[in-house]
Amino acid sequence: MSSNKSAVSDKGIAAKIKNVSDTNLLLTITIVVFFVMYIGAIIFQGSGFLKPQTFFNILNQNATLIIVSCGMSMVMIAGGIDISVGGLTALVCMCCAVYLDFMGGNLVVSVLIALAIGLAFGIVQGFLVAYLDIQPFIVTLAGMFFARGMTTVVYKEPFNVAHEGFKELKLTRLLIPKMGSYTKKGAYIDAYVELGVVVALIIVVIMFCVLRWTKLGRSFYAVGGNSQSAVMLGINVKRTKFITHLLSGILAGIGGYAFFLHTGAGSPAHATGMEMNAIAASIIGGTMLTGGVGNIIGTFFGVLSLSTIQIIVATAGLGEAWWTNITIASMLCIFLILQSVIMAWKHRA
Amino acid sequence: MDNTKSKGTLAILGSFRQLIIPLVAIVILALFNLIVDPSFFHIAIKENSAGNPVISGNLISILDFGTELAILSIGMTLVTAATGGQDISVGSAMAIAGAVILRVLCGTDSAPETIKAPIIVAFLISCVVAMIFGAFNGVLVSIFKIQPMVATLILFTAGRSIGAWINSNRLPVVSDVEFTYFGGNIPGMPIPTPFFIAIACFIIIALVLKFTNLGLYTQAVGINEKSSRLNGINPTFIKFITFVILGLCVAIASLITVSRVSSMNYSTVAKDIEMDAILAVALGGNALSGGKFSMAASILGAYVIQFLGTTLYKFDVPSAAISAYKAVVVIVLVVFSAPVVREKLSALWKKIRVSKKEAS
Repeated sequence: MSSNKSAVSDKGIAAKIKNVSDTNLLLTITIVVFFVMYIGAIIFQGSGFLKPQTFFNILNQNATLIIVSCGMSMVMIAGGIDISVGGLTALVCMCCAVYLDFMGGNLVVSVLIALAIGLAFGIVQGFLVAYLDIQPFIVTLAGMFFARGMTTVVYKEPFNVAHEGFKELKLTRLLIPKMGSYTKKGAYIDAYVELGVVVALIIVVIMFCVLRWTKLGRSFYAVGGNSQSAVMLGINVKRTKFITHLLSGILAGIGGYAFFLHTGAGSPAHATGMEMNAIAASIIGGTMLTGGVGNIIGTFFGVLSLSTIQIIVATAGLGEAWWTNITIASMLCIFLILQSVIMAWKHRA
Repeated sequence: MDNTKSKGTLAILGSFRQLIIPLVAIVILALFNLIVDPSFFHIAIKENSAGNPVISGNLISILDFGTELAILSIGMTLVTAATGGQDISVGSAMAIAGAVILRVLCGTDSAPETIKAPIIVAFLISCVVAMIFGAFNGVLVSIFKIQPMVATLILFTAGRSIGAWINSNRLPVVSDVEFTYFGGNIPGMPIPTPFFIAIACFIIIALVLKFTNLGLYTQAVGINEKSSRLNGINPTFIKFITFVILGLCVAIASLITVSRVSSMNYSTVAKDIEMDAILAVALGGNALSGGKFSMAASILGAYVIQFLGTTLYKFDVPSAAISAYKAVVVIVLVVFSAPVVREKLSALWKKIRVSKKEAS
């Protein structure tokens, strides 16, 4: 705004940016930042990041976070929040581990258990939030406390599962041809992803389609954006809110099983702080806590960005443990300020 | 009924209706303990390790160990009222403030014979640091308009690491006896010091709310930011100042916490206290979406949580499983205080009364 001339020359781009919806603008920023960061990592930290397997490992380690964050973003788009997901993940892991090891159960039932736990939490929390009109933060906070507490009630100690069928399933990997790399000895190793990643990617695609093209998905945005006008549009706000929490619970159940597949153990300390990571990933992905704005693809890239930062910090030789958290926090800070400044600029009359 | 007068005195406390929920919770908990095990209320005078008489008992320990939570809930109530969001970084901020106290008192030694600076200096520096971090949150929320929970997520992530960084991951131990007074007992005084600190904080906040416009302005900003600006209030500044006040509360709470054991562990100190503090505000019947608040109800809510914890602990519930029981109690409390449920219950009550009348 300093000089008239620059305002005119900016007008073309500025007008274009102002025409883009909030959701798409934030999504674009996220994707650009992720690629800039990854390319920066390749340039400054060398060939490790060039190997496709490095990228696939990010996916392998974060399959659960991707699944859980999808649920989180959806709840956030509808204007709520679900902080029970981390505790739920730990509870699912522990229940499945105890069932498989101590009761000699079979795999199909263990998956059903995971889904049932997620469903139960989803129904109860959804009912309390939507139909009794209690603040989602409090309800899901209690859900988190309950899940964490129940995990230790089910079994106190962390342990590895020795079930044969499960071990086989855990080691099942999807090989990706032509993306492998050579070890120092010259042997060729195929790149691989774990089963959880496949599930996570399927869920990302499904959730993306649901949010983008279905009536239900659009009603999430309507409820989160302005629940009063959603009522006027004839949307059943209570049922919509209920469904978001229900789906988030189920996704946390699936995510919990993916976590279980990845670690192969049950432990009360599993997934500590995962709810905050999921929230952070959603925010970096352009979802707004106030509701109505967000995108699942953004969330996917949010998870990738978050874990890329972690790897960069770990490989940059900042050995002390505290640097990881401090860097993530400052990234988050920069991101939030960037978002806020851009949104303020865009919405200026 | 002298309505105007009672309104005047209760204005400090907020509406009386809000006090009912935490009070009922306390009464229920007390009755439960009385029926199951009356010795819960037993209070005795014992000698502590230094040979001074101290009173001990479950009620005393509730008042003692509930102090940090009660002090934090003061700041949290203001932040909630003004911004309609919550600060989830208070636990991490306590780790920072505590680390600063230890750094100033111990220097770079891990267990020095004498403290390197007067305690009051250490405390004041930690106050300043905590208020700066509060101001950081405040700037993000008020100027950059980031939702409070998200903005404080930054400090939540980094806080404990910053605490470890300040002391290069050492866990210094303060050897000075005087330092233990803040979280323990002053010799010759049987009542634990945190109790007095809590009372002092309550009096200060009551006076501030009575004689300044802080309470009115925070509520105005929380209810409608735009109209409060049109009425000449600066919402940006009000939001900012609530976070700074919360920072001060954090510093006081961390002094007590560090003093209790003369040291602290960055990763476990005040773990999950942010959740409890938010819970205290919610149990006090305050809307977490901002607006009107009742300070007394929040403080009572904090003691309800501590009461509940102590009760569960008394019944040999394993400490890790306490959270599950806590969750159940919280849900029951919240469900019964939900407006929807209350309306339904009162409708049901009316129905029963009407049918009884008809029957008679």
